[in-house]
Amino acid sequence: MATLARLRARLPALREECFRRNGAVDEYRKKEYKAAVKIQSWFRGCRVRAYIRYLNSVIIIIQKWWRGYQGRRYFRKMVETAYFIMKMNFYNEMAVRIQKRWRGYYVRKYTHNYYALKKYLEAISVNNEIVRKELNEYAEMREKEKKKKDLEKKEKEKDHQARKMHYLLSTEQIAGVYNSPFRKSPDPMELLLRKSKPLSHRQQPAKNHLICDWSNCTRSLTFPTAQPLPPIGRQKPQGPFRDTAEVLQQRYKPLEPTLRVAASINSLEKAREEIKREEWRNCVHDNEFLPFSSYHKKEKYDPSIHRSGRYDQETYGIKHFREVQPKKWIADKDFQTVLPSIILFEKFGKTYTRTGQIF
Amino acid sequence: MTLSGDACFLLRPGVMALLRPLLLDVVPTIQQTAALALGRLANYNDDLAEAVVKGDILPQLVCSLSEQNRFYKKAAAFVLRAVGKHSPQLAQAIVQCGGLETLVICLEDFDPGVKEAAAWALGYIARHNSELSQAVVDAGAVPLLVLCIQEPEIALKRIAASTLSDISKHSPELAQTVVDAGAIAHLAQMILNPDAKLKRQVLSALSQIAKHSVDLAELVVEAEIFPVVLTCLKDSDEYVKKNGATLIREIAKHTPELSQLIVNAGGVAAVIDCIGSCRGTVRLPGIMMLGYVAAHSENLSMAVIISKGIPPLCTCLMEENEDHIKAAAAWALGQVGRHTPEHARAVAVANVLPTLLSMYMDTHSSEDLQVKTKKALKNILQKCTYLPALEPLLHDAPPNILKHIVGQFSKVLPHDSKARRLFVTTGGLKKVQEIKAEPGSLLQEYINTINNCYPEEIVRYYSPGYSEILLERVENYHPVL
Repeated sequence: MATLARLRARLPALREECFRRNGAVDEYRKKEYKAAVKIQSWFRGCRVRAYIRYLNSVIIIIQKWWRGYQGRRYFRKMVETAYFIMKMNFYNEMAVRIQKRWRGYYVRKYTHNYYALKKYLEAISVNNEIVRKELNEYAEMREKEKKKKDLEKKEKEKDHQARKMHYLLSTEQIAGVYNSPFRKSPDPMELLLRKSKPLSHRQQPAKNHLICDWSNCTRSLTFPTAQPLPPIGRQKPQGPFRDTAEVLQQRYKPLEPTLRVAASINSLEKAREEIKREEWRNCVHDNEFLPFSSYHKKEKYDPSIHRSGRYDQETYGIKHFREVQPKKWIADKDFQTVLPSIILFEKFGKTYTRTGQIF
Repeated sequence: MTLSGDACFLLRPGVMALLRPLLLDVVPTIQQTAALALGRLANYNDDLAEAVVKGDILPQLVCSLSEQNRFYKKAAAFVLRAVGKHSPQLAQAIVQCGGLETLVICLEDFDPGVKEAAAWALGYIARHNSELSQAVVDAGAVPLLVLCIQEPEIALKRIAASTLSDISKHSPELAQTVVDAGAIAHLAQMILNPDAKLKRQVLSALSQIAKHSVDLAELVVEAEIFPVVLTCLKDSDEYVKKNGATLIREIAKHTPELSQLIVNAGGVAAVIDCIGSCRGTVRLPGIMMLGYVAAHSENLSMAVIISKGIPPLCTCLMEENEDHIKAAAAWALGQVGRHTPEHARAVAVANVLPTLLSMYMDTHSSEDLQVKTKKALKNILQKCTYLPALEPLLHDAPPNILKHIVGQFSKVLPHDSKARRLFVTTGGLKKVQEIKAEPGSLLQEYINTINNCYPEEIVRYYSPGYSEILLERVENYHPVL
């Protein structure tokens, strides 16, 4: 008990002690806690760092190996490509060499063949020569023709002139102007005059008989009697005679018969015949047109053949046209016509011309 | 009736008003004479023609054209022709009166004189522009005109060919219409006709057809005109020559193949002879034809050279007075020489470059001629390696030409020792040193290239001002005693 008492006695002290101690502990707790945290964090940090260091070293080893492997692989590849490129370059070069030779050969042989070009140009120059020669010949020919034509024309003119001036020809007695007696030989014109015929009098252009209408030709057709030749000029007769021309005209004037003499004996009959023929030509049909009168009343009506059948009207030509036998047909369709088309109709309306177009 | 200054006097009192009732006279002779008088008045000048149009005479004429006799028809067609020839507006007036239809009906007449007059009037209407031409075609004139060419009368043939030419000259479509009517075969047959005037028209018609497109040109060629046309180049008539050369030119200009065909037929030689044998504008189509042929390919150009084409072209360039012919000759020479050094050499040997240069430098020559000569010079010089011909040009060429000349020297000299030697002895090097080129320019580069071909002393020796430098050195020299 005593102890208990002692203890009880000591209890307040203890309590105080306990309070004090707890207070002291409380006082240092924060500090200690912080210190403990620091120690722990340091320790943990050390541990983690060590671990990371370890990981790093491991990673470096892995990377080292990987990179080495990759680098080697890359290098190998690079070498391969370089080798390939080298090879390709070499092949290309060789190919170019071959192509160069081949193309040169090909072009020289086929496209820019020097010899062919040379030959072609030579051929052209030869051809040109030929063409030039031919053209010159042609021109010469044309010129010659022209000259010949001119010459002919001149000759003709000269001939005509000579014929016109034929009266200048010298006679045996009297020398002409071109045949001077003081000269040794006559002028060439004289020779030409001798050769040429004198120009006859100009013929009146004959009236065109085609245009001249027969219908209003009053004169009866006779043979053209030759005009009597006028007498060769005589000496003019003495005395107070009429003018020779007048006398001659009187003497040789053409016959002018009277109408009665000129007309034929049977002209009346002929005229009647002619009128009859005319009527026959001009009539439209053979039946005479009869004047309207009671004349027809006596005549019986004459029906046409078709309508005058004894039994019935015939349907031929009205209802049917031709015998048809459908049983014998081999096809339902009509046969195709093979007639050629008519070209004129094809063209119709497609050309510019308006000929034949119906307005 | 003679018309001179009196025509205007006739117009003043209103002669149209007087003539118009005469067209309706009962006596046919008076009608015809009135129509003839109208035609001659309208023919005189465009004012009178306009007066005819304003006088409302055309509808009356057109109406009576189809009904009257052939003499009246001829006279009426003459009036229409005289009115239509002056201007497109007057021709349009005829079209509006329905004149074309009646003229086309006249083409079907029996009388060749009427046909001729109608074809002539149609030709004058179609001549102006493509619309009027189209109107003529729409009236259905072309097949009838083609029939007219086949008639025996030369005059009718001539006029019909000329009308076809006038129709087809405007556009490819119109030309195609003429071709579709089958005109080419008949036209081609008549090339050998002895009548020169007909030949002119036929050749003109063919060339107007061929000028539009390759197809049309081929159609013309297929009519087998080829060795035959060449005879026209030897004709005594100038216009036949000209039209023949024009036809060949129009065919040659389209494609290398057609040109080749002409070359093979000997056309180039014939054209060259033709150029050599005539003067003036007759030459022009021939010159252009040579240019076109040479422009197509180097082989064709070589063919022109081989056919001795360059000397006639040179004579054209020197002899002709007209600038446009000179320009054409210069252009043709440029086309011949521009392909290879071989071609350029052939041109340069003919000694044509100084002439071209002098024309380019001449202030009196036209702008077109200057442009053409410059282009020709440039084309030839860029290919020319024939130094003796280039040498004289060094002295009087302007900088823009000089560039090309010096360029050619700079290309040749490094590879040719003899030429280098010759270049020094003829004074070329000295001339090159005297050129004042801007540093860095193309010309300066060429000069440097040339200078690099020579030892430095020679270059310095020929540089301007070198003697002064030498003299200065003499002055400054202290003799060692």
